[in-house]
Amino acid sequence: MPRLSELSVGDAVGSATVHLTRADLVRYADASGDQNPIHQSDEVARSVGLPGVIAHGMLTMGVAVRVVVDWCGDPSAVVDCGTRFTGQVPVGADDAPEPGADLDVSAVVGALDAGAGTARVDITATCGGTRVLGRARAVVRLPA
Amino acid sequence: MPVDAGQAGRTWPPGEPFEVTRAAIAAFAAATAAGGPVHPAHTDPEVARSLGHADVVAPPTFLVGLAQSSDARFVDDPASGVDFSRVVHGEQRFTHHRPAVAGDRLVASLTVESVRRMAGNDLVTMRNDITTVGGEPVCTSTSMLVVRGE
Repeated sequence: MPRLSELSVGDAVGSATVHLTRADLVRYADASGDQNPIHQSDEVARSVGLPGVIAHGMLTMGVAVRVVVDWCGDPSAVVDCGTRFTGQVPVGADDAPEPGADLDVSAVVGALDAGAGTARVDITATCGGTRVLGRARAVVRLPA
Repeated sequence: MPVDAGQAGRTWPPGEPFEVTRAAIAAFAAATAAGGPVHPAHTDPEVARSLGHADVVAPPTFLVGLAQSSDARFVDDPASGVDFSRVVHGEQRFTHHRPAVAGDRLVASLTVESVRRMAGNDLVTMRNDITTVGGEPVCTSTSMLVVRGE
């Protein structure tokens, strides 16, 4: 596990490119209980003005926060996490010209709080160059 | 129909207990791994115990399901004025007081914190205080829904 005293603001925490498919959306819907059809049916998604099926915002955040968990080594060290949902992640059908979606996640140390024993990690998530999370942050409890 | 600002301040008591199971944690961890490796603390009780936990640990966003089912008490209430077909998730935050682990029985108390109108949309902020059935604080969830104007 990283030590707070050895970190500096701006340090890289990690990055990942994650390919999401329609099957991943179904799996997340079942695991989270969020069965909103805009995440599974192009027809329903288009009927409410979306380009087609989009990923659950909280799937995007769940994927993004894994980069932080992999870095700190203990999921329970993440004592706070939050985000705004600022952009959509359209996920193409398997037979579409561009199936699925590539989510690019990177994270850096945004702030250190020695008194609280925590580091704030700032997460950037983009899809096709568009930011899909805003002010995505995780607060991680670390040893001094 | 706009959401009435007078809805702010409404509260709901702890709802039905939500059983945190090993299977649910493993399924959620696999779903958010999207084909990548799953941290063993989510699946292996021995690894979780070596990190000081009673059983496998939930991922940081796992309690979204409990929070959303509690939020539904407001969203699905005809008196709320929320048209669910116009709802998008605006913000979400979890503050963990201790990690949720398999074996927990959790309940959520809901408070509608604010209803604001901005650029023709209604922004509804809801807080869930999630505790064990015995009252031990586990997590505070805050969700903001955007109800798009017509």
